[in-house]
Amino acid sequence: MNGRAIVRPSGCCMIRIDFHRLRFVVIDDNAHMRRIIRTLLHGFGAREVHEAEDGATGLEAFTHHLPDIVITDWAMPIFDGLELTQMIRQPGSNGNPFVPIIMLTGHSEKKRVIAARDAGVTEFLAKPLSAKALYQRILNVVANPRPFIKTKTYFGPDRRRNTNGNYNGPERRKGGKAEVFAQAPLIDKAKVTD
Amino acid sequence: MVRPKNDRPNTAIYDDHEVITPPNRLVKAIKKVTVTVPGDDPVERAETALSKLSSEFTSWMSAECDRLDAARNAVKTFGFGKKTLDELFHAAHDIKGDASTFGYAAVAPAAESLCRVLEYSPEASRIPLPLIDQHVDAIRAIVREYARPDAEQIAHALTKKLWEVSEEFLTAANKDRPDYLAGILSPPIAPNGNS
Repeated sequence: MNGRAIVRPSGCCMIRIDFHRLRFVVIDDNAHMRRIIRTLLHGFGAREVHEAEDGATGLEAFTHHLPDIVITDWAMPIFDGLELTQMIRQPGSNGNPFVPIIMLTGHSEKKRVIAARDAGVTEFLAKPLSAKALYQRILNVVANPRPFIKTKTYFGPDRRRNTNGNYNGPERRKGGKAEVFAQAPLIDKAKVTD
Repeated sequence: MVRPKNDRPNTAIYDDHEVITPPNRLVKAIKKVTVTVPGDDPVERAETALSKLSSEFTSWMSAECDRLDAARNAVKTFGFGKKTLDELFHAAHDIKGDASTFGYAAVAPAAESLCRVLEYSPEASRIPLPLIDQHVDAIRAIVREYARPDAEQIAHALTKKLWEVSEEFLTAANKDRPDYLAGILSPPIAPNGNS
């Protein structure tokens, strides 16, 4: 590093995440993968990274550490990442049911992605893992949070990411025009690298 | 836990759903940068940290293969019970997910093929043990010979054959479930960790 700064034109800026200010809980039964995720998070600048090796200790870590972001595997002993998500997404709980949950998994089949979405997962990241992809998911949950939807059968982040007016599928929500929520534009300005 | 008044979510109530906008507690971590310093890219820093860890990847991959071998032996010794099946699936699934990160990308498709056989067979006890053996032995061989210059070609040829045999088996095993078969043969839709 030569210490030379790049000065951007006036009014132009990029969004960065101050990882010092974020607390993570990483839940994965594979110690190698936990170490990789921890290495990446520390590389981003995070200081507080707590680990758990199964769903039960993950839930305990979530309750104890009150993380800002949860990163969880899917397939784990005792209870899996999907069940863990459903336990965290309890409206009115004393913990933080709105916590962003990033599911990092080797599963990538359509039915799995839909099941994760319907359990209340915020972001889905299929392995193999890269620093760039993990950073982008974290950037997205920090800079571009979605409102939560509560129905009789669902509590979790708004599953409608697409505000395309051409949608012609069945309308599952009733009650007014305020049905589709445009995403905050902040993420559009964010760049991972120069 | 009592939340401060300004920390409460806003809720809009509709006929059959509520829209809740929680306060963005993570906004504290957003910073706008107008001046960047070379070498201060967080992704580059993380990649550098990961590359320092890479000297351990060979032994990690070897450990994952030993775990897979032990899981295969448990199936052969104790049969296909929930515990033995779960462990074999998880061992293969971890290799599928981790191999590329560990620098063994050519191993992942063979592990994925084994996962598919285990997951999509209607009855695990009817999976031919030689099919399990072929997968486990192929995965171990690819890892063992990964330093060879032609390792990727060998891995590709082995994997192609494994997929053909596995798809043939799954097609026959699920012949009475055409809808299910169509679902398992559809391509994945999730973005992977490189995108």
